[in-house]
Amino acid sequence: MPGIFIIAEHKEGKLKKITFELLSQGKKLKGKSGEELCALLLGSNIENLATQLGAYGADKVFFLEDETLKDYTNESFTQAIDGVVKNQSPSILLGGATAQGKDLLPRVAARLGTGLAPDCVNIELEDNGLLKITRPIYAGKVLMEVTIPQSRPQMATLRPNVVEVLPKDDSKTAEVIKSKLDLKKEDFKSVLKEILKGESKKIDITEANIIVSGGRGMKAKENFKILEELADAFGEGTAVGASRAAVDSDFALHDIQVGQTGKVVNPTLYIACGISGSIQHLAGMSTSKYIVAINKDPEAPIFQKADYGIVGDLFEVVPLLTQEVKKLKSET
Amino acid sequence: MNIVVCLKQVPDTETKIVLNPDSSNILTEGIKWVMNPYDEYAVEEGLKIKEKFGGKLTILSMGPERSIEAMRTALATGADEGVLLNDSAFEGSDSYATALILSKALSQTGYDIILTGKQAVDLDCSQVYAVLAEFLNLPYVSVVVGLELFPDQKKALAKRETEGGEKELIEVNLPAIFACQKDLNIPRYASLPGIMKAKKKEIKKLGLNDLGLKPEEVGEAGSKIKKGKYFLPPPRKAGIKIEGEIPEATAKLVKLLREEAKLI
Repeated sequence: MPGIFIIAEHKEGKLKKITFELLSQGKKLKGKSGEELCALLLGSNIENLATQLGAYGADKVFFLEDETLKDYTNESFTQAIDGVVKNQSPSILLGGATAQGKDLLPRVAARLGTGLAPDCVNIELEDNGLLKITRPIYAGKVLMEVTIPQSRPQMATLRPNVVEVLPKDDSKTAEVIKSKLDLKKEDFKSVLKEILKGESKKIDITEANIIVSGGRGMKAKENFKILEELADAFGEGTAVGASRAAVDSDFALHDIQVGQTGKVVNPTLYIACGISGSIQHLAGMSTSKYIVAINKDPEAPIFQKADYGIVGDLFEVVPLLTQEVKKLKSET
Repeated sequence: MNIVVCLKQVPDTETKIVLNPDSSNILTEGIKWVMNPYDEYAVEEGLKIKEKFGGKLTILSMGPERSIEAMRTALATGADEGVLLNDSAFEGSDSYATALILSKALSQTGYDIILTGKQAVDLDCSQVYAVLAEFLNLPYVSVVVGLELFPDQKKALAKRETEGGEKELIEVNLPAIFACQKDLNIPRYASLPGIMKAKKKEIKKLGLNDLGLKPEEVGEAGSKIKKGKYFLPPPRKAGIKIEGEIPEATAKLVKLLREEAKLI
């Protein structure tokens, strides 16, 4: 019988938050269709992860093990997933709209000859068995609804931070079905040679719960230090972002740029420091749950989107804010 | 080297998007159309490869007549020729159908290396390059911020941006597809003589029959994704500006974040 499949993502021996979000999404869909919720886990020597998935809602785990799957490549992962999916014929296959998911799922969908709705913010199951999928386009200036009426499985990537993780239930375990694959390296045309670590160990802005972001008003690269300090005060799950103006002025690297030619982010809290709020920037962050704006210019468009604003010099406000946050954190 | 850049014309990122009356699409009147910003990096990389190794740089685009403007921009910076895939049957193609159309054209032009932007900033799908790779049985690297070619060995080394500042170094066999990200290079501007020359460069047009496609394979009929309604996100209301001296205002902000937003 068809099922709801999710691709479990993990890194450095741990399941990623998106995996729990996907299982929570899967559970909601299962509530409607009654199909089994299955997780696909790919890698080598990660049995311990397979057993964790049940508590988050997986009925079954298809653990695809092979030495070559230790490193991610879109070719090897596609080949492994293609085999199971053709065998099991699920009705739905979901992955994360993460660096890996965005690279992998399009190839899987093409291999299976089915449709993929990328970077979705809402996925619901209709009575006719079709997913009604909502996805932002034009960097979030518009939303569109799509369906995948003919081909199966219906595929989508889920944007991180959109679905709340349901509480885990340690009494639940999943049936782990382990398959030893025999993939041949020489069959693939690409190989991962090396992973180059970034400067900071911070999480990606697309997965951050709190983002402290700087714009042209930061004036210099060195000044981003005060944003780093505020981010550290908030603690885990916080990342530093930047506007295009700041990136173009070489104050920050492009991989933390928020907006239409950067990344679209969806944190609980977005603190915009010295960002005026161009249409491209606003498109990239306006789904944040709370927006705080700190800007000298009371007319800056960012104030039109902000829940809380302080008109003032960020170089005065941000360090004070850091102090206050630290103070409050130490009290709790 | 036979270098092909696939590009798309999109609304300028400054555009304020307005929906058409039946919410089935955006209103295109008055829009300023530009080359997809990420495709500029693909064009520049194509030019650099051509300068280093020699060969021909072809600009391939599927879209309406007006796409020629974006193609001319690429031709003005030094690309050699253009191929526009234009047919009323192609309208409404999703990523899958678009990739199929491009794959047929590429089988005609030939290719040693294919470059695209990492995504088009209109529909933000970021998947045509991957589906295309499947149709042509090629490897691809997405979100490319560094590229080195070794044509003698038929190999390339690409740097792919992943997350949190991390990058992967991936070796691929050529031919291959690379989906380009900002930071890969700094696109050049067209020179005046370049713009003059571009006007005389050939842009070939190919349609359904030229590519040996059937109407049911393309457009909405050949698409896997069915489009429904478009809608605008709920408008965000401006909140409060916290008044008072900076230290008091800051303290009040932290209190609000704790009590109302339940953060901290």
